[in-house]
Amino acid sequence: MIRRLWRFLQPYWLTLIRPSTSLSLGLLVVCGFIAGIIFWGGFNTALELTNTERFCVSCHEMRDNVFAELKDTIHYTNRSGVRATCPDCHVPHNWTDKIARKMQASKEVWGKIFGTINTREKFVAMRLELAQHEWVRLKANNSLECRNCHSADSMDLTKQSERAAIMHSRHLFPGEKTCIDCHKGIAHRLPNMAGVPGWN
Amino acid sequence: MRRVILATCLAATMLAAATALAVDLRGLRGPTPIGETKESAQIAREINDDARRSRNYPEQPPVIPHSIRGYEVSLNANRCLSCHGRRMTEMSQAPMISVTHFMDRDDQILATVSARRYFCTQCHVPQHEAKPLVPNGFTDIDTLIERQRKTLGTAGTGARQ
Repeated sequence: MIRRLWRFLQPYWLTLIRPSTSLSLGLLVVCGFIAGIIFWGGFNTALELTNTERFCVSCHEMRDNVFAELKDTIHYTNRSGVRATCPDCHVPHNWTDKIARKMQASKEVWGKIFGTINTREKFVAMRLELAQHEWVRLKANNSLECRNCHSADSMDLTKQSERAAIMHSRHLFPGEKTCIDCHKGIAHRLPNMAGVPGWN
Repeated sequence: MRRVILATCLAATMLAAATALAVDLRGLRGPTPIGETKESAQIAREINDDARRSRNYPEQPPVIPHSIRGYEVSLNANRCLSCHGRRMTEMSQAPMISVTHFMDRDDQILATVSARRYFCTQCHVPQHEAKPLVPNGFTDIDTLIERQRKTLGTAGTGARQ
């Protein structure tokens, strides 16, 4: 079987490893360069396509659960009209981190195929675990996805309510706490918070 | 002649009463005809100054002097308690929920918030800078006592508070 396959592929392989006799090195380099651009551009375009709100809510699991909940919150609609879409918070913006997250997301494709959360009940039952993944991720990267927009340096405490200003200067600025420590469930409903620190 | 005057007076009174009644019965739509849509009023601003308001009577649930947008109070989580809960007040410096909130219907103190007191916004509500839709003639007890004391002289009604 393998021998038969090899016999079939052998001429192609030999052509591939033989130096070119008629094409110039320059042409090959230029063609390779152009092909590289097309491949890389295509790859990134496809990647960015999976990084849109539209792509995320094309699955009913997202559309009917988390996206529906997001719609009530300030990250979806607000006075200045800036919306945080799904990837703004859930996908790292840095390229290497993004690729790492996208590779992790293959697990989510698996979940989609096998219907891990294809009903509301299954989703609700799994909500704590799913939320914990995000809390752990944001805790580990010091709430990087929050800080992509909400930088502590640009915060004007005088524009905040007194309560918020005190909390931020006491806990956020010294680095004692990170955004996600207090701001859980700001864009989606919460799972059962019994036993989660900071929640009664 | 007398009868005519009486009838006129009666008619005038009825008309006045009817007009007064009509004014009283005017709904929030005002004089806008049914077919038209009234321009809606500006949504009032939420009060967010964290200054405690005095209560109009001792049993009044204190109002919430801050915004609670997006605060989840559900079977799963209670955002209010993450500041006003017993263990949280040192960190948050917020007033602790009153001890009555730990009591069950037989006045037994429980370890945590009683289920019947769990949903904060049933009684405690945030405030808006809005004009009341209906005039409110409520007078608190101190004002009543004061008023009575004045009418009866200083020896009046006995101890206050």
